[in-house]
Amino acid sequence: MKRHHLCVAQFAVWLCSAQLVADEGVFDQYRDLMGDENPAVFIVDEGEELWFMPGGPESTTLEACDLGLGPGITAGAYVRFPRYFADTDAVMDLESRLVYCMTTIQGRDLKTLTAKPYSQRGDFGTEIEALVTWLAAESEGATIAPEQTHAAERAMFNLGEEIFFYRAGPHDFSCATCHEQSGMRIRLQALPDLTSQSGASEAWGSWPAYRISQGLVRTMGWRLRDCFRQQRWPELQMGSEVSVALQTYMAVNAAGGTMAAPGLKR
Amino acid sequence: MAGRIRIRAQKKGDITEVKALMRHPMETGMRKDQAGDPIPAHFITEVSVFHGDQPVMQGHWGAAVSANPFLGVRFAGGKSGDIVRVVWTDNQGGTGEGDTTIR
Repeated sequence: MKRHHLCVAQFAVWLCSAQLVADEGVFDQYRDLMGDENPAVFIVDEGEELWFMPGGPESTTLEACDLGLGPGITAGAYVRFPRYFADTDAVMDLESRLVYCMTTIQGRDLKTLTAKPYSQRGDFGTEIEALVTWLAAESEGATIAPEQTHAAERAMFNLGEEIFFYRAGPHDFSCATCHEQSGMRIRLQALPDLTSQSGASEAWGSWPAYRISQGLVRTMGWRLRDCFRQQRWPELQMGSEVSVALQTYMAVNAAGGTMAAPGLKR
Repeated sequence: MAGRIRIRAQKKGDITEVKALMRHPMETGMRKDQAGDPIPAHFITEVSVFHGDQPVMQGHWGAAVSANPFLGVRFAGGKSGDIVRVVWTDNQGGTGEGDTTIR
């Protein structure tokens, strides 16, 4: 309480906010109690099974899926995303690449796949969530190094940067409103500074993550979609140009950091 | 895919510490889905920990326990190499079981 009065006396509101970030320590204690256990391990196993399980009208596995390192190579693939693929002539994030593989290799219906990519209330995880979680775990410990050699990849970064600072919606919010300063929080949630390498790598490197309050693994695509909802922006479509651009901006800022996903969050 | 259990059992002095993570939705029966229809209750009602054939803990659980529950138990008398088994039953008649050896 003393500290609080001090802040008021100094009119240093930013200082109060910065100090309250220390409340994250409570959640660190929770993580300690769990040991190294993260319920995401179940979803990692389920994702691996789905990869090797024949599916769709073609009844094929996803082993022929090229995630950028060659067909079937999964270890270390995720840290190079988002990246340009010549076969689609587009920069893709992992989620849209998976959808592409499931439609082209397994012959599955695009509409059905994208109708509900993320779990809703009462669901116990979707295929996309499981596959993304396993593939992220296949890059655990690897250095985040998104491809930026193709002109389209650099253009995607620039577009992402532009959207990041673009203010819109009924609240005149941009991503930067919450994510361009460090040591700030929203309610009790610490907000990463996504313009800095440390903030971006902490964020990019910890998703997909198991959300304890939801009992589910959530992906970065879901995280961004929920940010859009909080900003009162139109619903963000999985694998859309805007989603891929923002992910490219974040991943490039995070370059050099370590992939620690799947994470464990409140 | 419910039914899976991840168990670790570690000896610390005379005490064996068991940590078990269970795959289960733990639906309370009080929630509604996106369409507004109630989601049926589905939760673990009984969970037991065995050291060999000997029960060392029995618990009655309810809807208040989180999804994918994490259980920590300590008991005395375990030896390295002994089998520790965790078993649960849910309100829909489903069961889950897993075992490990004490390290």
